[in-house]
Amino acid sequence: MSIPEESVETTEQPDVVMADALVVNDQDDGSDSGEYVEYWIDLFLGKKGHEYFCDIDTEYITDRFNLINLQKTVSKFTTVVQYMVDDLEEGIIESMSPARLEQLETDTRKLYGLIHARYIITAKGLQKMLQKYKAADFGRCPRYHCNHQPLLPVGLHDIPGIDCVKLYCPSCEDLYNPKSSRHSAIDGAYFGTSFPGMFLQGFPEMCPKHPTKRYVPKVFGFDLHKQAQLTRWQELQRLKLEKLLITKGINLNESGGYQF
Amino acid sequence: MSFIEPSNDSSDSGNYEEWIPTFCSRFGHEYFCQVPTDFIEDDFNLTGLSQEVAYYRKALDTILDLESTSDEEEEKNDASSNSKKDNDAHVTRSIVEHSAEQLYGLIHARFILTKAGLQAMAEKFDRKEFGTCPRYHCGSIQLLPCGLSDTLGKQTVRLYCPSCQDLYIPQSSRHLSLEGAYWGTSFPGVFLKHFKELEDYVEKKNKETYELKIFGFSIAKEAICGPRMQWLRQYPKTDEEWEEFKKCEFEIPKELLEDNPGSQSSDDNNMSSTVTN
Ligand SMILES: [Zn+2]
Ligand SMILES: [Zn+2]
Repeated sequence: MSIPEESVETTEQPDVVMADALVVNDQDDGSDSGEYVEYWIDLFLGKKGHEYFCDIDTEYITDRFNLINLQKTVSKFTTVVQYMVDDLEEGIIESMSPARLEQLETDTRKLYGLIHARYIITAKGLQKMLQKYKAADFGRCPRYHCNHQPLLPVGLHDIPGIDCVKLYCPSCEDLYNPKSSRHSAIDGAYFGTSFPGMFLQGFPEMCPKHPTKRYVPKVFGFDLHKQAQLTRWQELQRLKLEKLLITKGINLNESGGYQF
Repeated sequence: MSFIEPSNDSSDSGNYEEWIPTFCSRFGHEYFCQVPTDFIEDDFNLTGLSQEVAYYRKALDTILDLESTSDEEEEKNDASSNSKKDNDAHVTRSIVEHSAEQLYGLIHARFILTKAGLQAMAEKFDRKEFGTCPRYHCGSIQLLPCGLSDTLGKQTVRLYCPSCQDLYIPQSSRHLSLEGAYWGTSFPGVFLKHFKELEDYVEKKNKETYELKIFGFSIAKEAICGPRMQWLRQYPKTDEEWEEFKKCEFEIPKELLEDNPGSQSSDDNNMSSTVTN
């Protein structure tokens, strides 16, 4: 998996440190202690860096129909599913070697991620992601003219192990890297390529009016020539689209329209 | 306003630290470069700044480490000056420190437009000290600090990306309250003009853009969540588009919007292929 190089940037340090202080149990512990307390899913969701994930219903996970074609993604599939929903006998876990248990933990996280990608495009999953979106759990757009628009997680691939999660801004319709290194290490396949599209199609009222304001660098009050020219050309493209949409009877003063 | 807490370390005498390096190395001050004292000592460079900042003289002395112990001459508060002198001196000190920071910021905004200043900022740029563009397709290119106003107290600092030519909010909270006027409105423009190779580099960069899809399919233009912002990252590609671009030299050629019924419009070809015209 490729981790963008700025994710290790020093400017991130304070945020990460703050998060460290807040989170009680750190990453890979729990697995070696051998005791499994509470619900696996709750522990998973509570780990730092896992803020983008939502809670998948146990019924969804235990319905084999939903897991079609996932069997081969991890070894000992049934055990992994049982472990995920806290259905694995205590004795079995206690008899496992630390290495085996660690493998089980890794596999369970991976499978949870892959089920997650499917779940979040179901009606129930979309609803859960809507709550997280409203709480801006996925962060906000760093673009100045987007006015702190909440973002949506997205993968560039549906196959795990290729690239990490990115963030989609419904306002400028562009893709951003997560701010924190703990998020940029998460596999994009755990959210999938279709999630933001499904989300916005499911909740069209969440589609913001798009900003049209631009910034052109200035030198002592005068626009830089080349940059200003490009901006004008781009605005021409926007005007053409606007004209086309209006002829198709689309109201651009509503969701999905433009902010002037 | 920026710099809410004036440094409390300078309140004690004792071991002596140079003001400028101390200021620039403070947490959250990573975007500042060190202005050489000879630039500050040249009155010509400070023209007009005495009206911008309170306690100008003292502030200047502070920056240049010329702090005098005799404050009498500037004593303005005639009423209670003698009664609580110690207290006043302390208050004045933190006010002066604040003024010194403002004055330094304004001098900084001027310095970074000079050849030496641009060089100093270029070194910081190379070391990615202003951060990198958060936009995925910009491939972590470095950003440039930028003000949206040259007047104090109007806007905090923003970051300009030379690749997508867009403006971003600093990622780290410690840069969110920095005064934008300390970098000023002309800095990114002057920087780009001075380092032509940056523009050339950006021009050659690939202009990949993102399109939202569902199961691999484009979303229809008519849909509420359909593509409405592709123009924002669009560059002329075809001959026709370059022709159009030329016409945009001084104004938007509105006549190009008049005639066409949508058939020859170049954006139609570029946009979602799901919509048939
Ligand atoms: Zn945005
Ligand atoms: Zn950029």
